[in-house]
Amino acid sequence: TLAERTNLAGVRHILLVLSGKGGVGKSTLSTELALALRNAGKRVGILDVDLCGPSIPRMLRVQDSAVHQCDSGWVPVFVGQDKAIALMSIGFLLERPDDAVVWRGPKKNALIKQFVTDVAWGDLDFLIVDTPPGTSDEHISTVEALRPYQLLGAILVTTPQ
Amino acid sequence: AEAAELRARLQAVRHTVLVLSGKGGVGKSTFSALLAHGLAADENKQVALLDIDICGPSIPKMMGLEGEQVHQSGSGWSPVYVEENLGVMSVGFLLSSPDDAVIWRGPKKNGLIKQFLRDVDWGEVDYLIVDTPPGTSDEHLSIVQYLSATHIDGAVIVTTPQEVSLQDVRKEINFCHKVKLPIIGVVENMSGFVCPKCKNESQIFPPTTGGAEKMCQNLNVSFLGKVPLDPQIGKSCDRGQSFLAEAPESPATLSYRSIIQRIQEYCEQHHLQEEKIM
Repeated sequence: TLAERTNLAGVRHILLVLSGKGGVGKSTLSTELALALRNAGKRVGILDVDLCGPSIPRMLRVQDSAVHQCDSGWVPVFVGQDKAIALMSIGFLLERPDDAVVWRGPKKNALIKQFVTDVAWGDLDFLIVDTPPGTSDEHISTVEALRPYQLLGAILVTTPQ
Repeated sequence: AEAAELRARLQAVRHTVLVLSGKGGVGKSTFSALLAHGLAADENKQVALLDIDICGPSIPKMMGLEGEQVHQSGSGWSPVYVEENLGVMSVGFLLSSPDDAVIWRGPKKNGLIKQFLRDVDWGEVDYLIVDTPPGTSDEHLSIVQYLSATHIDGAVIVTTPQEVSLQDVRKEINFCHKVKLPIIGVVENMSGFVCPKCKNESQIFPPTTGGAEKMCQNLNVSFLGKVPLDPQIGKSCDRGQSFLAEAPESPATLSYRSIIQRIQEYCEQHHLQEEKIM
């Protein structure tokens, strides 16, 4: 679709932050990496595909934000000191922050596809994709949806044990 | 017919406890393993530990059962026994190599979970402990659905003190309400660290919004207790030993034991109430 061709076309590098294990610091690292790259003058976006436990909005103090639609899709929320980091997370779509997203795989897959192709990212040097723990629906769908684009690679996070 | 099959298989299970979080890496598997060990310390109790974390099964390693395989018999799959009265089942036992990734979508995971409940010959069980992966998705919906064939005493929810964890745990609490799963209570793990050298206490994960205790007050959910960080816990888990047995004097052991006792009391009381009703 035209939207698919334009929304990620301006993104130079896509980085996945993965683990397998939960609670090792994926979201923390994704956030710090985005802030550091922004500090170094890069144009940065974060895509939070952890649908059950989206941590990024709180880490960037935008947990109360809402998202809007434009002609090419969803407008990301702009965060950081200079409001220049683009962020998309399911956290922004919840009516209440404590609402559980109790979805089975197919519904999660549909939203992830939308997040990948229907967010108007604009021109970015780096898009950092934060993922939930595991090797399941979210991961398969994210990699599949990103296949046509320039996937730089994955950073794996762990703790020592 | 499927429900009848599950009901028949789970008929001899007296108590079922789900260990949940919402947040990853807070100590669900650690807690499940120690709960199982703690309950099995009474030789007269038969304990079963079911690990439904299909992508990241930690229980085999924590129970010292890595490399074990599942055997089939006429009566179904045999759990792997740690003690005579403590049997374990996990996808970990079905992998040819521990590093094999199980890259399955929801429906396939659900199928295996159903098999675990339908085909494992648990026998007579006093306590069935179910360890779950983080989140509120297929595994969680399925286990609640399949276990409706028997009954679930309740869920123990594990968290760490910081708001980033509590945020996910509140969602899990809402999930429990949504599926009408009783909450036995919340455990706050990694709650403070006492230096073995200078004895000073530090908050490694500061409870910036009041920790689990405050959250429980706000949500009217029972707070089961705090467990401090003890490096020995991680070591015992890595080596497949029971931390409770390896470090009986640790403040963490005392906390775990007190929490396990409260869970046992909840289950026994629940059972008595049911018997009264019947």
